[in-house]
Amino acid sequence: MTPNLLDIVELRKHFPIGRRSQLHAVDDVSFEIARGESVGLVGESGCGKSTLVRLITRMLDPTAGDIVFGGRNIGFIPARKFAETQFRPKIQMVFQDPTDSLNPRYTAFDTIAEPLRLLAKVKDYGELHARVFAAALQTGLPEELLMRFPHQLSGGQKARVGIARAIALRPELLILDEPTAALDVSVQATILKLLAELRSTLGMSYLFVSHDLNVVRMLCDRVIVMYLGKVVEQGPTEAVFRSPAHPYTAALIRAIPSIGGRPGDREVLSGEPRSPVDPDPKVCRFFGRCPKQVDRCRTERPLLREVGEKHRAACHFPQVEPEA
Amino acid sequence: MGASATIAAPGWRDTWKHVRYVATDNPVTLGAFALFGFFLLLALFGPWIAPYDPLMSDTTVALKPPSAAHWFGTDSLGRDILSRIIVAAQLDFGIAVSAVFASFFLGSALGCLAGFYGGWADRIIGRIADTIMAFPLFVLAMGIVAALGNSVANIILATAIINLPFYIRVSRAEVNVRRNAGYVEAARLAGNSDARILALHLFPNVLPPMMVQISLNMGWAILNAAGLSFIGLGVRPPQAEWGIMVAEGATYIISGEWWIALFPGATLMLVVFTFNLLGDGLRDILDPRTRT
Repeated sequence: MTPNLLDIVELRKHFPIGRRSQLHAVDDVSFEIARGESVGLVGESGCGKSTLVRLITRMLDPTAGDIVFGGRNIGFIPARKFAETQFRPKIQMVFQDPTDSLNPRYTAFDTIAEPLRLLAKVKDYGELHARVFAAALQTGLPEELLMRFPHQLSGGQKARVGIARAIALRPELLILDEPTAALDVSVQATILKLLAELRSTLGMSYLFVSHDLNVVRMLCDRVIVMYLGKVVEQGPTEAVFRSPAHPYTAALIRAIPSIGGRPGDREVLSGEPRSPVDPDPKVCRFFGRCPKQVDRCRTERPLLREVGEKHRAACHFPQVEPEA
Repeated sequence: MGASATIAAPGWRDTWKHVRYVATDNPVTLGAFALFGFFLLLALFGPWIAPYDPLMSDTTVALKPPSAAHWFGTDSLGRDILSRIIVAAQLDFGIAVSAVFASFFLGSALGCLAGFYGGWADRIIGRIADTIMAFPLFVLAMGIVAALGNSVANIILATAIINLPFYIRVSRAEVNVRRNAGYVEAARLAGNSDARILALHLFPNVLPPMMVQISLNMGWAILNAAGLSFIGLGVRPPQAEWGIMVAEGATYIISGEWWIALFPGATLMLVVFTFNLLGDGLRDILDPRTRT
């Protein structure tokens, strides 16, 4: 078996709140991404997705745990020093809002060229030019748009600039933070298709953060579901969508809008999420909203366990995969 | 390389086209630029343009009203007021430009640091700005000049210090709202250091609002320098300076010699007015979003 590209081992990020309290943004999260694999990360707002992404891109230092990338633990390198390491060009990211993530005073060319200048140390203008044009070509960005400023580009074109900037360095791991959330539906489809093509031509691994489950289903081999800083379910996309084991995943999947479905058909979760500040280690994080909850959920926190092939869920009463 | 030439050339042409577009699109801006250019000419070439020696007194023509020989009249020592106004432009502009640029560079550097890092840097720099703002600014400037001595360098220093808080505040606020912007995060991923992010990504984006501040302050700085001279601090007679000329003319207004104070006063007003209008135009030129 080939080693994984990325192994996240019991990664934890707690933010101090006041003198005593800790906000558990990411709590003992473990998962792995194989080379060339596309992994989806889903969960509601505030579940720690963004913190996890910032930990993996090494913009933030973890409280505990390991980030093993290509066999080397990069979790110990301080975020401040990370730009100087050989790993920086290998982990790149596409941001959520293409307008916000482009410097308004940089032309598309400058934006795509900057990582090449700083990280790939491309000094020769001819080579820089060639590599920027190559990245633009790969992302379907017309050459004549390269001299434009962001405000002179459409949403889809800006998204392509953001993707071109990220792939210009040929990263091994590309993190996509809801890359299509700010785009029109028609543009979304073309950008998703582009991303799927790029992955197969460049052989990158994807960590695809989204709360659009249909997108995840289309693009990802595996899916990880997070709830309040914890992984509650992970497994092959098809298995998770076909038979969600955790009640939270089941509720998420039921909430996907579908043509022909009536609003009354859907079961809506009641209650508020528990506080992420100093959570009781004995209580299941989903307690209070769970339709299956019993007293045991309040005295013993469920751990991730197998419910099917490579399919794990953190629930005392998982929906076990039916025998195929 | 051929490709680099085809890329670089349109950049300059576009910028020039854009300046022309902003100037012609808004006649007020065009007027402000024209007036600014006019005053700049006076400041640079004043001594050659002035019809008389600004310091030469001729008591035979003392206190003469405006005439064909002396367009703006003469003062109590028979000096030509027009010549004195023209020559004074250099001194007044010099003081204002040096003071404003000193406070712009220092103030925006401090403000960017405070806005970017927050925490202790923000607290210390913020308190410095508050301390300066706690004084009536003109009185503070008077105090500084009185304590350090009557010289042009000290007027510049005093004017720079009293304008510092405005630059600190504007740049702090503008950097603060942008420091978590996606492009700052993206710049970090592209390998930028904090210093590069501040200098190349944040600072150019806060420049347009700063430009307005510079232009407004330029007018204030001239008024401030003239004000200090008016009350006898700062530039000393017989040197030509608008504030001193107004002060000298003030005593004659009662006896009917209105031109001595009026013309330098009106010049001051026009200069301040020009700078205020210029600010809007500069912002439009520097903001890439107004480019078409």
